[in-house]
Amino acid sequence: MLSSLGGVLFDGFAYGMLLFLLSVGLSVTLGMMNFVNLAHCSFAMVGGYATVTLVGKFGWPFLATLPMAFILAALLSIPLERILYRRLYRASDLDQCLLTIGIVFISVAAFAWFYTTEQQSTQVPAWLQGSVKIGGMSFAAYRIFLIVLGLAVTALLIFLLERTRFGATVRAAVDNQRMARGLGIDVDRAFMFTFALGGGLAGLGGALAIQVVGLDPTFALSYLVYVLIVVAVGGLGSIGGSFAAATVLGISDMAGKYYFPWLGAFLIYLVMVALLMWRPVGLFGKR
Amino acid sequence: MASANQYFEQQTRWRPLEIAFWLATLLPFVAAPNYLSLASQVAITALFALSLDLLVGYAGLVSLGHAAFFGAGAYTAGLIAKHYWTEPLTGLLIASIFSGILGYALSHIIVRFRHLALIMLTLGFGLLLHEAANSASPLTGGADGLQGFRVPSVLGFKFDMFGRAAYAYSLAVLFVCFLVARRIIHSPFGLALRGIRENAVRMPAIGAASQAHLRKAYTLAAVMAGIAGALLTHTTSTVSLDVLSFGRSADVLVILILGGAGRLYGGIIGAIIYMVARDQFSGVNPQYWYFWIGLLLVAVVMFLPNGILGGFSRFLKRIN
Repeated sequence: MLSSLGGVLFDGFAYGMLLFLLSVGLSVTLGMMNFVNLAHCSFAMVGGYATVTLVGKFGWPFLATLPMAFILAALLSIPLERILYRRLYRASDLDQCLLTIGIVFISVAAFAWFYTTEQQSTQVPAWLQGSVKIGGMSFAAYRIFLIVLGLAVTALLIFLLERTRFGATVRAAVDNQRMARGLGIDVDRAFMFTFALGGGLAGLGGALAIQVVGLDPTFALSYLVYVLIVVAVGGLGSIGGSFAAATVLGISDMAGKYYFPWLGAFLIYLVMVALLMWRPVGLFGKR
Repeated sequence: MASANQYFEQQTRWRPLEIAFWLATLLPFVAAPNYLSLASQVAITALFALSLDLLVGYAGLVSLGHAAFFGAGAYTAGLIAKHYWTEPLTGLLIASIFSGILGYALSHIIVRFRHLALIMLTLGFGLLLHEAANSASPLTGGADGLQGFRVPSVLGFKFDMFGRAAYAYSLAVLFVCFLVARRIIHSPFGLALRGIRENAVRMPAIGAASQAHLRKAYTLAAVMAGIAGALLTHTTSTVSLDVLSFGRSADVLVILILGGAGRLYGGIIGAIIYMVARDQFSGVNPQYWYFWIGLLLVAVVMFLPNGILGGFSRFLKRIN
């Protein structure tokens, strides 16, 4: 049991990084703009299907499709924000929930129409397929890749939001919209870019998820719960919090599946409910 | 005080349109005898939506896990029918009591939260119960559902394939529950609930026992949802794991919003439209049914903020 502990920890951490990449975009939009966007995983699905199509139909290399997954999901989120989301920034939680559930339903049916309901897969380069032996233990190369990418995105995001002019603009627009407008900050533009960033990150996560959990049109619903758990437990708008929550969730999910398979997802939900009752604003939430 | 009493009396007076509506619910017996089992499904869904209306429409509590109580009622009624007796009315009573107790217990947690935490907790409890029922397969039958029992009749009327007794039973229970809900909504307690919905901070400040009110509303909604679940069990003689699913919670929310929340009839109108439309369209392309529901949902949120009934009453005002 102990010898497998390292493996479970490693796999769980890699899975956590995947969950982090999927959910950090939602943490940014929900935390910064206070919008309950249940359609977040629909953007992830856009990225996932973009990769499947580019690799399968056009023969692109897997790595080259990842930026495209980001860009396509980000581009798609801009008109959606302009037309639909923007009008509901001040609406109730319920209206925001309903609008975005509607978008989820539409996306599930639309992808089922174009790609059928079958599980999709994609081809990754040979050097990502095998495993690497380090100190007598073997680690799957793709999972190492996920971890490296997850850490890189975390660093980049923290830098972007805390150290650049764009980050300062967004934070100002969120903290006090009227004041920011008064200072000549284009708040609408800041929100649009934030939203596109969130959608793009989801698209990247969706593309990376294909190799680990597969992709079918119900992805938007089945992973929604995980993403929401990460964001709610981590605390809104806290990138470090999402990172911590995704790691805990990934490891406990892996450990649960390995050691207590009969419990199913019960453990995850129990952990989430307990954590939320203890800290309703999340582990690292401020508001 | 007289004026306050007059206000409540005026609120509770039956309008001609309401009486016409309830008389029209008897129409399927003569006009569409082949669709009576669909009609009983509609009545059950309407009752479920009515119970959610007490929470969402009147108390202002969002719930993404209301199927928990529907499922609790359905499984309780199913277990009683399978292991003890098949008389439905007592089963209905026990199922409603059980889901009421569950609702009361959870309400102590739920009413303390707002915003995202509230949404996530209701979702979380719903999923927990779903997983629990899935895992406890010796008791619940797991993913196969609870089978192997038959509820033969209610008060001597046999449940047959035409669904006459099923519809009469569902409709009667719906009507009784509706009367109770109507009485509650137009009571001072109902008024207090609406006050909490409108301003959750001011109500405690003017001395209303805000949290106690919300707990009561939550328990009542759980009781009604449990009754709806038990009705489904009795009229179909099976319980599938689907009664606890997230899809059911989402569906009932869609139905309520479609009809118009906070209007008592919204859930019923929504259930009629949704269930009949699904029955008509599912034959054509079942997979893409949700596309249209999604589109409808987006349209309702963007253009008809108070649902179909809200749009209807605005239309009536305009032509008057």
